[in-house]
Amino acid sequence: MYQIIAKETLTPVTKMFVISAPEVAQKAQAGQFVVLRVHEKGERVPLTIADYDRDEGTITIVVQEIGKSTRLLGQLEPGDRLASFTGPLGRPTEIENYGTVVLVGGGLGIAPIYPICRSLRAAGNHVIAIIGARSGDLLFWEERMRSVTDELIVVTDDGSYARKALVTVPLKELLESGQTIDRVWGIGPAIMMKFIALTSQPFGVKTIVSLNSIMVDGTGMCGACRVSVGGRTYFACVDGPEFDGHLVDWDLLLSRQRMYRDDEAIALERFSQPESQSNREAR
Amino acid sequence: MARSSRSSIARHSMAEQEPSVRITNFDEVALGYDLTTAVEEAQRCLQCRHSPCVSGCPVGVRIPEFIKALREGDMWDAVAKLKDKNSLPAVCGRVCPQETQCEEVCVLAKRGEPVAIGRLERFVADWEREHGIRVPPVASSMGKRVAVIGSGPAGLTAAGDLAKLGYDVEVLEALHEPGGVLVYGIPEFRLPKEIVKIEIGYLESLGVKIRTNVVIGRLYNVAELLESYDAVFMGTGAGLPMMMNIAGENLNGVYSANELLTRVNLMKAYQFPEWDTPVRVGARVAVVGAGNVAMDSARSALRLGANEVHIVYRRSREEVPARAEEVHHAEQEGVIFDYLTNPVEILGAEGWVTGMRCIRMSLGEPDASGRRSPVPIEGSEFEMVVDTVVMALGTQPNPLAFSQAPGLERNRRGAVVADSATGRTRLERVWAGGDIVTGSATVISAMGAGRVAAMDMHAYLMGQSRGPWLTAAEPA
Ligand SMILES: Cc1cc2nc3c(=O)[nH]c(=O)nc-3n(C[C@H](O)[C@H](O)[C@H](O)COP(=O)(O)OP(=O)(O)OC[C@H]3O[C@@H](n4cnc5c(N)ncnc54)[C@H](O)[C@@H]3O)c2cc1C
Ligand code: FES
Repeated sequence: MYQIIAKETLTPVTKMFVISAPEVAQKAQAGQFVVLRVHEKGERVPLTIADYDRDEGTITIVVQEIGKSTRLLGQLEPGDRLASFTGPLGRPTEIENYGTVVLVGGGLGIAPIYPICRSLRAAGNHVIAIIGARSGDLLFWEERMRSVTDELIVVTDDGSYARKALVTVPLKELLESGQTIDRVWGIGPAIMMKFIALTSQPFGVKTIVSLNSIMVDGTGMCGACRVSVGGRTYFACVDGPEFDGHLVDWDLLLSRQRMYRDDEAIALERFSQPESQSNREAR
Repeated sequence: MARSSRSSIARHSMAEQEPSVRITNFDEVALGYDLTTAVEEAQRCLQCRHSPCVSGCPVGVRIPEFIKALREGDMWDAVAKLKDKNSLPAVCGRVCPQETQCEEVCVLAKRGEPVAIGRLERFVADWEREHGIRVPPVASSMGKRVAVIGSGPAGLTAAGDLAKLGYDVEVLEALHEPGGVLVYGIPEFRLPKEIVKIEIGYLESLGVKIRTNVVIGRLYNVAELLESYDAVFMGTGAGLPMMMNIAGENLNGVYSANELLTRVNLMKAYQFPEWDTPVRVGARVAVVGAGNVAMDSARSALRLGANEVHIVYRRSREEVPARAEEVHHAEQEGVIFDYLTNPVEILGAEGWVTGMRCIRMSLGEPDASGRRSPVPIEGSEFEMVVDTVVMALGTQPNPLAFSQAPGLERNRRGAVVADSATGRTRLERVWAGGDIVTGSATVISAMGAGRVAAMDMHAYLMGQSRGPWLTAAEPA
């Protein structure tokens, strides 16, 4: 179980894995996530489901190699097995025919909006997606995204590919254009989701975001994932991960995401410099 | 030996790691009896004909019989007598509150100290483990499938009993390790995880299949399980942590006890960075609450390097719900107890905890439950300087397992309504037991409930169901 079927390098910092998990694939829906452990001593890492194939029995995830756990994952190859893989977790995206919807995916956030676009389109929505990255080489899945949207807008921060703009710029233009936008989704780094929410707020268009708080179990047992939405505390892993972006306490989320910054640096340093570590131990 | 000479032997203490040493490691604190001490302690038992100890035990362990076999040197017989009623004796010998159960009613306790039943139980179980656990005969398969949700003591006991009777039992566990609170909650220094693993291995040798990483309510729901299994036992525990809902509770540095203990025990954060999961415990720690969970959190914090650890409890020492031994150990290790104190706000700067504002309490008149309820003393507020706060206020059943299980009635505290004599819920072919029904209780009571349900499931599945299914009209 939990064997890696395929691996693809999407950008210099992002890799895609297709994992064999037939039961999870049967049940997975857009907006949900999995928790995996790379090895026996590994952390429980939450990752949003980027795709699922019920016939093949696979789940696709896209990871950015930032810490020790994601780098370890990045080193795995097809045929390797994960220590554990749990899902689907979290509530699925509420799929309905809203009318016209805009989905904004920034950086790694492009992956999770893909299945949401697909489901919303299947439900009859007119789907507009905005995808963006810092530069052209960090952008991925443009063609895939085109296949599940009615309109696709591509931007890069530095203009090295497509239009030079932040993802919030075309979002604002769409909201100002006079056409009716019934709902917005924004998925990406917390700070980007905050600005997506701030952009749509004056227009009163409900905006759903997917909160990537720190998690341990992912089943509502520990409260590590506490977020504040509309003045109430929720556990993102079971009450979310999707919430109304206009009600989220973004500063709290950003602050809580930094809780283990120092430990993450220690783990990464030890991982990146095994030589110096063994030298230290030898002395 | 004459009765009088038996009762003149003093209760034997058990070797322990020195407090100053043990707070620097996560190894087990209590070291157990050796054979000579165990036999001497066993000599103290009067073998009372009415054996009050057995009725003091929630699962009715054959206490005088296993003690007799032990002192007569027939260890395998002692093992057999002990395990007849208890499939997790090495666990129970370590974590049961014997002082309010079997030992409380021991005849010797009336005039002096009771027989150290818990320590003898532990000794016999450990002896068996060291000498190779023998697997009892298992009935041949009856071709009936049972799903057990949750692998805590309730689920494991039900699964073991049903497997012995010949059912095909699958335990479905959300986490990546089976054991429930035994693996994620109770720390290594009280209950080594290797022991839990071996006791679970024993159940697997009886034919119990354990499937980890299966979250009921997400991957499957109860209704779906009823399609593919003949019966379902729910033993999902009380895993949802309570918070105080006071200002500052979401600051970095505030943990639920569940999170702290899960990081430390299940994820081995005390071995970070050897293991990948970190935990952040500062120099000054306040643990709010005074149950076993609070003691475990406080003592874990000490071992993680805290200089000063406080237990902040709104009632007095008398009302402390933790096992006596845990309180004693915590005191020995230097945990400071702030009784009659209640937090009102957690203070912070730049997102991190810097202190806690508390108010002093006094005990008022006894309430309906007979407990004197604490009332705040006006104007007594003060600030404590702390950098870590652990909320150990108790837990409720986690509602996740109930999604898509219409018909499963729950009470105001989120607990499943089930008949305590049978474990039957309001939903036909679904039984429940353990913390999911009682709210946070004890390992042994969860095991007892697992056993009761297993017996009734057997009767039902054999077509000898006693009485009708529990309906909403009947009292629970
Ligand atoms: C820190 C701590 C210390 C304690 N100390 C003591 C002590 O010293 N002595 C004592 O007697 N008692 C003690 N207790 C209480 C005791 O551990 C519990 O009463 C007992 O474990 C309850 O057993 P259970 O089987 O009902 O549930 P649990 O042990 O809670 O097991 C429930 C299991 O179900 C799983 N589960 C939950 N939801 C789902 C789902 N949706 N799908 C699949 N699986 C699910 C959980 O992951 C868990 O593994 C302590 C509790 C804690 C937390
Ligand atoms: S991750 Fe533990 S409760 Fe959400």
